[in-house]
Amino acid sequence: MKKNKNQANLFMAFFRVGIFGFGGGPASITLVHKEVVKHYKWMNEEEFSDVLALGNAMPGPIATKMAGYIGYRVGGLTGLFNAIAATIVPTVAAMILLLATLNAYRDVAWVNGMSQAVIPVVAVMLGVLTWDFIKKSSSALGWLITLFLVGASLLFLEWLNVHPAILIAVILAYALLFGHKGKKGKAGRKHRGDPQ
Amino acid sequence: MIYWEIFLAFFIPGILGYGGGPASIPLVENEVVNRYEWMTTQEFSEVLALGNSLPGPIATKMAGYIGYAEGGWLGALVALFATVAPSLILMVALLSLLLKYKDSPRVKMMSSLVRPTIAVLLGVMTWGFFADSIEASGGIQTAVLALISFVLMEKMNVHPALVIAGALLYGAVFLGG
Repeated sequence: MKKNKNQANLFMAFFRVGIFGFGGGPASITLVHKEVVKHYKWMNEEEFSDVLALGNAMPGPIATKMAGYIGYRVGGLTGLFNAIAATIVPTVAAMILLLATLNAYRDVAWVNGMSQAVIPVVAVMLGVLTWDFIKKSSSALGWLITLFLVGASLLFLEWLNVHPAILIAVILAYALLFGHKGKKGKAGRKHRGDPQ
Repeated sequence: MIYWEIFLAFFIPGILGYGGGPASIPLVENEVVNRYEWMTTQEFSEVLALGNSLPGPIATKMAGYIGYAEGGWLGALVALFATVAPSLILMVALLSLLLKYKDSPRVKMMSSLVRPTIAVLLGVMTWGFFADSIEASGGIQTAVLALISFVLMEKMNVHPALVIAGALLYGAVFLGG
């Protein structure tokens, strides 16, 4: 009985995170925190920030990593699938429905106008996100190294047409091999629990 | 073979995108627009715009929709699996190991060093969207819409979903002609 209750709670917790979290996964981490630590008390602050730090040390979307791991801790494998489904299914379904509807009316002039007007807004959102990344990396690496890495990335990606996956893989390998020579995790500790 | 392509298109951004879902969007665009040519930049930006107007993680909304558009419901499932599973499996499986090394400078360095590259990818994508918008609705419309939405979202803290809804309304009325 308690088991079923747990699964129902898991579903509700991550369902709410999914449908109230605007601005992508990293923006919804505070909602996850509210449900998991404050409301259902599945974890304390310390455990939560450990899981978040771990999630940030791994690639891939943060929201599903958190949902999957917390679901697994609370309700085993069933909990894992349950929490992930609650996080992604409602919004993916809404997305497919909305776009299918829009595509059906693609040739109508005012629908066309709608999709034109929304592009600059998305450009602004991406621009702000770009700036966030630059600010974060300058606080971790300093302006000089950040500017150098930005310049080098531009050169490789835009003029030499290197596939981004290859460039990123090379950088990750470099960090893994030589990363211990940097400042000993001091800058890192400050950023613990930071969703980006 | 389409399912294998869908898997790869989302698997690669999933394992290389440090910084959560939004950071992996330029990598997704690279696969979907440049490599597999399933969509044009214009189509991709529309999907992204609508994705941003809905709540929930952006990476899975993009994967779900693009997977569905290319391969039906099974395609959506494959794309979602490729986005979510690899890093989650690693996280659950390597948990004790990771707990030991989570403060290790090497692990910290991995996400720090990759950030400027992600910034460049995002910046290039931003530029692409502005260029598309200028081509579609002209420089003045683009500049006005961008400026107003910047002020609303960043200076006045208006919810992004409301700003997108406003832009949709504006477009339907003034750009539809």
